[in-house]
Amino acid sequence: MTVTAAASGTTLARTGPSLRTRRRREAGLAYLLILPALAVFAAFTFYPFFRNFKLMLYQTPPVPGLPAHYVGLHQIGPTLTSTQFTQSLVTTILFVILVVPASLILGLALAVAAHRKLKGIAVYRMIFSSTVVSSVAVASVVFGTLLNPVVGLLPWLGINPSPPALENTTWALLAVAAITIWQFLGLSFIIMSAGLQSVPDELLEAAQIDGAGAWTRFWRMTVPLLSPTIFFAVIVSTIYAFQSFGAIDILIGYQNAAQLHVNVLIYNIVNTLQVENNPGAAAILATVLFLITLGLTLLQMRFLERRVHYAN
Amino acid sequence: MPIEAPTRRVSRRWRRFGSYCLLTVGAVVVLVPIYFTIVNSLLRPSQLAHQPPPLFPSIPQWHNYVTAWDSGQMSRYMANSAIMTTSIVAGQLVTSVLAAYAFAFLRFPFKRTLFLVCLATLMIPFEVTFITNLDTISSLGWFNTYEGLAVPFLATGFGIFLLRQAFLQIPSDLQEAARLDGYGHWRFMLRVAVPLARPSLAALGVFSFLAAWNQYLWPLLATGGTTPLNTVQIGLKQLVGTQADQIPVALAGAVIAFVPLVILLLIFQKQLVRSLTAGAVK
Amino acid sequence: MTQVSFEGVTKRFGDTTAVDGLNLVVPDGELLVLLGSSGCGKTTALRMVAGLEEATEGTISIGDRVVNDVDPKDRDVAMVFQSYALYPHLSVARNIEFPLRQRGIPKDERAIRVRAAATTLGLDTMLDRKPSQLSGGQRQRVALARAIVREPQVFLMDEPLSNLDAALRVQTRADIVALQDRLSTTTLYVTHDQVEAMTMGDRIAVMSHGTLQQVAAPEDLYAFPANTFVAGFLGSPGMNLLPGRITPGGSGEETTVEVSGGSLPLPPALRAAVGAGTRDVVVGLRPESLYLDAQGPLACEVTIVELLGAETHVICRTEDGSRVVVRQAGNATKPAPNDKVRIAVVADPAAVHLFDAASTQRLDPQ
Repeated sequence: MTVTAAASGTTLARTGPSLRTRRRREAGLAYLLILPALAVFAAFTFYPFFRNFKLMLYQTPPVPGLPAHYVGLHQIGPTLTSTQFTQSLVTTILFVILVVPASLILGLALAVAAHRKLKGIAVYRMIFSSTVVSSVAVASVVFGTLLNPVVGLLPWLGINPSPPALENTTWALLAVAAITIWQFLGLSFIIMSAGLQSVPDELLEAAQIDGAGAWTRFWRMTVPLLSPTIFFAVIVSTIYAFQSFGAIDILIGYQNAAQLHVNVLIYNIVNTLQVENNPGAAAILATVLFLITLGLTLLQMRFLERRVHYAN
Repeated sequence: MPIEAPTRRVSRRWRRFGSYCLLTVGAVVVLVPIYFTIVNSLLRPSQLAHQPPPLFPSIPQWHNYVTAWDSGQMSRYMANSAIMTTSIVAGQLVTSVLAAYAFAFLRFPFKRTLFLVCLATLMIPFEVTFITNLDTISSLGWFNTYEGLAVPFLATGFGIFLLRQAFLQIPSDLQEAARLDGYGHWRFMLRVAVPLARPSLAALGVFSFLAAWNQYLWPLLATGGTTPLNTVQIGLKQLVGTQADQIPVALAGAVIAFVPLVILLLIFQKQLVRSLTAGAVK
Repeated sequence: MTQVSFEGVTKRFGDTTAVDGLNLVVPDGELLVLLGSSGCGKTTALRMVAGLEEATEGTISIGDRVVNDVDPKDRDVAMVFQSYALYPHLSVARNIEFPLRQRGIPKDERAIRVRAAATTLGLDTMLDRKPSQLSGGQRQRVALARAIVREPQVFLMDEPLSNLDAALRVQTRADIVALQDRLSTTTLYVTHDQVEAMTMGDRIAVMSHGTLQQVAAPEDLYAFPANTFVAGFLGSPGMNLLPGRITPGGSGEETTVEVSGGSLPLPPALRAAVGAGTRDVVVGLRPESLYLDAQGPLACEVTIVELLGAETHVICRTEDGSRVVVRQAGNATKPAPNDKVRIAVVADPAAVHLFDAASTQRLDPQ
């Protein structure tokens, strides 16, 4: 029977599950596959995120052992107007201003310098990217020793701040900023290098033939074409600067942070949680930080989307 | 025979020299801290205050490294970090592959919404979630345990994004051919999709490894600071504290923490660059 | 007087020689095509004139100035790249204006020149658009406008038509020739497409493996190829090249050349060029100079018959496996595959080309 059917060219009848069943099975499989990731997100990203809003409404008294009591939105006002908060916000902004432009300019400078076809350039590129693998702890220990008033490099260079750099109200923030810049340099270099590589050689050659000198080519060709990359780097480095914690913790510690004007927002949050034992206030501060980071990310997305229209 | 002007050839040589100068200055700036650390890790404490700082240790004190490893506990910290990091990397790779496969190859209701949900996790920074996560960890009895260190990070929206991108590159003809050959989804995933997405998997793996190994804030909070469970990063902080008069030992510890990653960078430079620039270059 | 000349120009990249001892003069106002397959050195030669590559040996001159050490921006040349290399962040008007800004030409004059160039290339309505909003053909015209706006001494074009679809290519070909004719600017044009070369060039310089094979006007290149490479490169389908041997007959006997499948009579003019004695040669016969004839001297077997409508290509095989293509008119009687046929050569003495087998050089009739 079947042989004749095949010989006459008719198709075999469809046996097996119907389309609807197959679709249902496919969906079932899909949900199963996504489940592990979603479970982790639900438990450790979304649940904490929403609980944060709830936490903001409770105030914990400074006396240990007493439970938190509901104060509604009343906690937000005092927390956000406290000198502790405003000071840490100012410090954070100052810190970001110190870190971001410097790391970008240095990263771009190194990327441009390393963008040539010279012999041994690969070694230089490796060196410039190397700080990307350094952790905060390593960078802190390394620089902590460098900045040590007795055994460090500063005395040799003739710089002798007193009190010593890491205990100095004027110098402490600069020192931490320097450490952060050094640490971020590798990433900045990698991002800028990738951006430079995406500028087609032929464009620069055409500009050369059209009479543009090296300086003109850089400012009128390379930089405009690099602007999406630069923007991306700005956002990434700003978010990174906002989250800078380790260096301050290792080198300066809780007690001195506020005194030395290095009490950045993230440090304030941890402090509030662990030392002052006030999750409510900490939650408020965290939300502020979240809104800032969110704002920056959205800004980046808007800008890049507009840029896409002009790309090929 | 017309005379050739030598001006361009000479200026080219000067330009090349200038480039090398600039590059070397940059390299020195980047390397000085590292070099300083390595040199000082091989000195005796009494030699440290020597001005100007020595360029090369006359008698390298290799035992500083041994001290950091043994009584400085670096061996234990490295092991802890290794366990935590491996778990996180494995977890992120597995959950990302599974979820990315679903988003790339399967049809199901709410697909778009769920994908945006996964991406949304990238916008929620750590500062917001750690407060509750600490409570969650404690109530699960995971405070100061490996589970507490690793479980919150077993999935990442970045990984799902990256791998979905890679899976989407696989031509649909391959899928259809595989289906005609009788491949079910699991087999297709394991035999075709994952092998073809290997570069992105490697990129994700390297990136996750780096991020997990270098983490500071969470291990500090989740272990409470001073415990045998410290990772290398927190351990370094302990090292600095306990060996106050033994700076060379602390520096040796830093080198121990740093060197494996440099080796990683040397081997996986391409993958690392790929993952780091995933968002920057179109 | 802007001629471009290469004197003994060699370019080496490490161990590879891209251009080897090139001697070529492009007179003022000529459109010279550099023709060859990829890797033959034509683009390298062009880039050396532009200044984007530096010659390892030899002299390059533009006009009466040696330019080996002159920066590209000071050479007064304009280049059209294969990918057009338009500045994506600038509008069409600004793209065209760019070379003028670098030369410090005042604003009003810039505007006039940009307008003129845009009008010449039909871009008036697109001046405010960005390159990403233009089609391939339009982008190509912007590239051309940018090149002509400066009124340079030399135009350099690197396969500018290869990214266009076939129909557009034919149209743009004619436009470029008309443009160059009007402006009378010396032009070097690189391509691998022999149809482009034949239709556009005042002269064609054929290159292979870094060496110049022959430079001549298209007709001369076609009728008198200097070696087997040039002979086989030009023409579609290419010239049939058959190994042969000449054994001179005694007095009164016609000299013939033995090829696989038969022997062909040699025109008297070629007999003297061949000289006395036995000689190994390569016989060149263009497909359009051959026809199927039952009395023809060459015996072959038909392998494929390609029907192209206006013409038919009959592809045959001689007894030693050599491939011979015969071009027939579309309405002639077509053989079938595996038919045994005989091929004859038309009576024109110029139809038979002889090349020395060892040196591949042309043996010219005396």
